[in-house]
Amino acid sequence: MAFDIKSPGLATTVQDQGRTGHYNVGIPQSGSMDQYSAELGNALVGNTAREAVLECTYLGPTLTTDQDAVVAVTGAPVEVKVNGQPRPQWTRLQLAAGDEVSFGVIQGGTRYYIAVQGGIDVPEVLGSRSTYSLGAIGGFQGRKLEAGDHVPVGTPLDGGALPAAEAVPEEFRPVFSKEQEVRIVLGLYDHRLTDEGLENLLNGEWKVTPVADRMGLRYSGPGVKWKEREQPFGAGSDPSNIVDAGYAVGSIQIPGGTQPIVLHRDAVSGGGYAMVGTVISADMDLVARAAPGTSTRFVAVSLEEALAARKELSERKKKAKAALGAS
Amino acid sequence: MANIVSPLPGIFYRKPGPGKPPFANEGDTIEVGQTVGIVEIMKQFTEIQSDVAGVLESFAVNEGDMVNPGDTIIVVREG
Repeated sequence: MAFDIKSPGLATTVQDQGRTGHYNVGIPQSGSMDQYSAELGNALVGNTAREAVLECTYLGPTLTTDQDAVVAVTGAPVEVKVNGQPRPQWTRLQLAAGDEVSFGVIQGGTRYYIAVQGGIDVPEVLGSRSTYSLGAIGGFQGRKLEAGDHVPVGTPLDGGALPAAEAVPEEFRPVFSKEQEVRIVLGLYDHRLTDEGLENLLNGEWKVTPVADRMGLRYSGPGVKWKEREQPFGAGSDPSNIVDAGYAVGSIQIPGGTQPIVLHRDAVSGGGYAMVGTVISADMDLVARAAPGTSTRFVAVSLEEALAARKELSERKKKAKAALGAS
Repeated sequence: MANIVSPLPGIFYRKPGPGKPPFANEGDTIEVGQTVGIVEIMKQFTEIQSDVAGVLESFAVNEGDMVNPGDTIIVVREG
């Protein structure tokens, strides 16, 4: 079976858990920006966490299904419509052959996910179905969807078994707020900031600018200051420059000291900007949900706290799936 | 009066490009489906089209302003 794309939306792509293991040769992990929402969508339709979903950004697609299908829409709040009639989010929906799915105006956040029983069945590239648009690999022909695309859907897993519950309980749905506290681990180059610069980073209010996509999010705010130094050989002349180095996923660079950029799932793997900190893995989904204008505070935590938060998130996912009766 | 709202966040522009005339001005007659502006986000320009017919009464945002999903961009006097 397949979905026929009538209109593609702004940037609808096939994503899964990501393409890990090739960062060393410059291929970023990609994958759903909001992994939590994508994974619970998959759970609702009887998939494992590994199946590919459609990630919709701000403006969703209009699509029809050529056979009966079981879908769920999770992630950012939006009106879901089947044949023009509103249907609930975070809930399993049964579609009949020929049904049309479309969306209203997004009410908060950035991205919502269409999970379908059997998963989106595009070929794996380097072990993943995720689209990396900039590199034109993975997903549907290495690109975002276009009108007229015929997007294949896989066979239901496990004989079509579905979890007992048909909706994710409210307590397990993420909050899509216009204010966020994002936890970061400082380093490797926070020592290059002046005391005032570090103070601004950690106590200032930073707002997500419209320059935000799968590669990274740019924030505007009070700016930072760098300590004076004679730039080493191989580094650019600006004090925010370093000799080229690898970038951690989630790392924060501040080109020129003005607007911090948090690198996300489609980011480059290295370059010449000093990374003052890195968003902890447990908060990467949170950052992905930040729409332009979101007021953000960066809170420094220890590596131990970061690992505890990762464990906590993993427990929360397990509990959410248990509440569904999904494995 | 009817409002034309932006379905997505981004930067609003009244013109298709620098130095070009605006898509529409106050007092213009607007038709359903007519492009009245563009919103830029993620290096993409999305045309904003009117879903009503009438006379363009006023702009609720200025050239280069940031808009959020659901924000009114233009007010149209229907008829």
